[in-house]
Amino acid sequence: MELLVFGKTGWGDELFYATLMTIAVSVTAMLIGFIFAVIFTPLKLSKYKSLNLIGNFYTTVIRGVPELLVIYLFFFGGSGAIMYVASIFGYYEYIEINAFVTGSMAIGIISGAYSTEVFRGSIQSIDKGQFEAAKVLGISKFAQFYKIILPQMLRLAIPNLSNVWQITLKDTSLISVTGLVEIMRQSYIAAGSTRDPLFFYSFAAVLYLLLTYVSMKLINKLEVKYSRGY
Amino acid sequence: MDFDLMITSFPKLLGATVVTLKLLSASLFFGLFLGLLFAILRLNKNIFINKFAYGYSYVFRGTPLLVQIFIIYFGLGQIEYLRSTFLWIILKEPYWCAIIAFTLNTGAYTSEILRSAFQTIKPGIIEAGKSLGISNKIIFYKIQIPIAIRQSLPAYGNEIILMMKGTSLASTVTLMDLTGVAKYIISTTFKPIEVFIVAGGIYLFMTFIIHNVVKYLEKKYSFQQ
Repeated sequence: MELLVFGKTGWGDELFYATLMTIAVSVTAMLIGFIFAVIFTPLKLSKYKSLNLIGNFYTTVIRGVPELLVIYLFFFGGSGAIMYVASIFGYYEYIEINAFVTGSMAIGIISGAYSTEVFRGSIQSIDKGQFEAAKVLGISKFAQFYKIILPQMLRLAIPNLSNVWQITLKDTSLISVTGLVEIMRQSYIAAGSTRDPLFFYSFAAVLYLLLTYVSMKLINKLEVKYSRGY
Repeated sequence: MDFDLMITSFPKLLGATVVTLKLLSASLFFGLFLGLLFAILRLNKNIFINKFAYGYSYVFRGTPLLVQIFIIYFGLGQIEYLRSTFLWIILKEPYWCAIIAFTLNTGAYTSEILRSAFQTIKPGIIEAGKSLGISNKIIFYKIQIPIAIRQSLPAYGNEIILMMKGTSLASTVTLMDLTGVAKYIISTTFKPIEVFIVAGGIYLFMTFIIHNVVKYLEKKYSFQQ
């Protein structure tokens, strides 16, 4: 237990900040994922075959390739890609991107592919009559989406998005390979310097369980809120 | 684009794919039995057995696979007692540690898949078996298991693909699987995009094969409704 005290002698405060880092990366990645989902869901549902192809390419590739490989691509290729873009604008200095940015981008793109599938599924399961009724009533496309489709969609999407959140949260452990100090990396450092890997990795497992448990409870509340009337 | 690198790295990556496939098939094989065992325990009426099986699947589904591998590979070696037993022969090898971790992980997911499949079997089918005087054992083996397998095929297909992606974590415990070799080539040549295309292509190809095999099996085992 003395290994976990806060301050200089224990690892309590380090692990506490590492947990905050894990939460920060997960939330950022989830939000980046939403941005990707908002872009790619319409492509997947579009009438045009070529747009469908782009949407399907994104979700198929990301969901079929290991997360670790995507992270390596971003870790080793990220700064190269930025430097290439910068060189077009005449900037030739070495640019290093922050591990947090690389990590949340990589996890965000992965989480986005899963969110896209969730959004697509929930939009498709809304009754066609709803779209037609909105059209007949002369409601604008914008209002149709925000006032009619979105509220119904969220009710269906939240249980599945909670799964995506769990996947994203667990995937952040893989960012530790890039050196970002989150739960896994901090446990690795602590295990290395105290020679007590069993304790620290088990403690990391407990922290992850705690995070998944608490987030499940919170999401269940959201679920109740959005299924009013059902 | 460095096409030469893509061509020269392809055989190396293909060789590493064998390691990935070995890890995948071993963990799926053991995981299926473990999953079936825990699914049966979950359906047991004894509350302790029931809770134990639930706890197992909750812990292994709620923590990242990386933590599980690290606990088994780095953590268990710390226990002095284990080092003196015959188990140490297995636990000192990263290959077996990875397989143990993957088996426990996929076992947890498989137990959930099978449990829900068992629960969706209509009670009428079991009652029909009973009224025909078939023994409980045969009802289980000849009626419940075949129906459960068919019910759980789509979800189990997803689990196979997830597990295939999960085997990439073996590279974190020094195993040279497809991702491990890809990382090695990337870090020596600094050409991440080319290597990603080749290695990702191999993974996608495997996903494609698994997806279609499962689809074929689903069709074969579906009876006319």
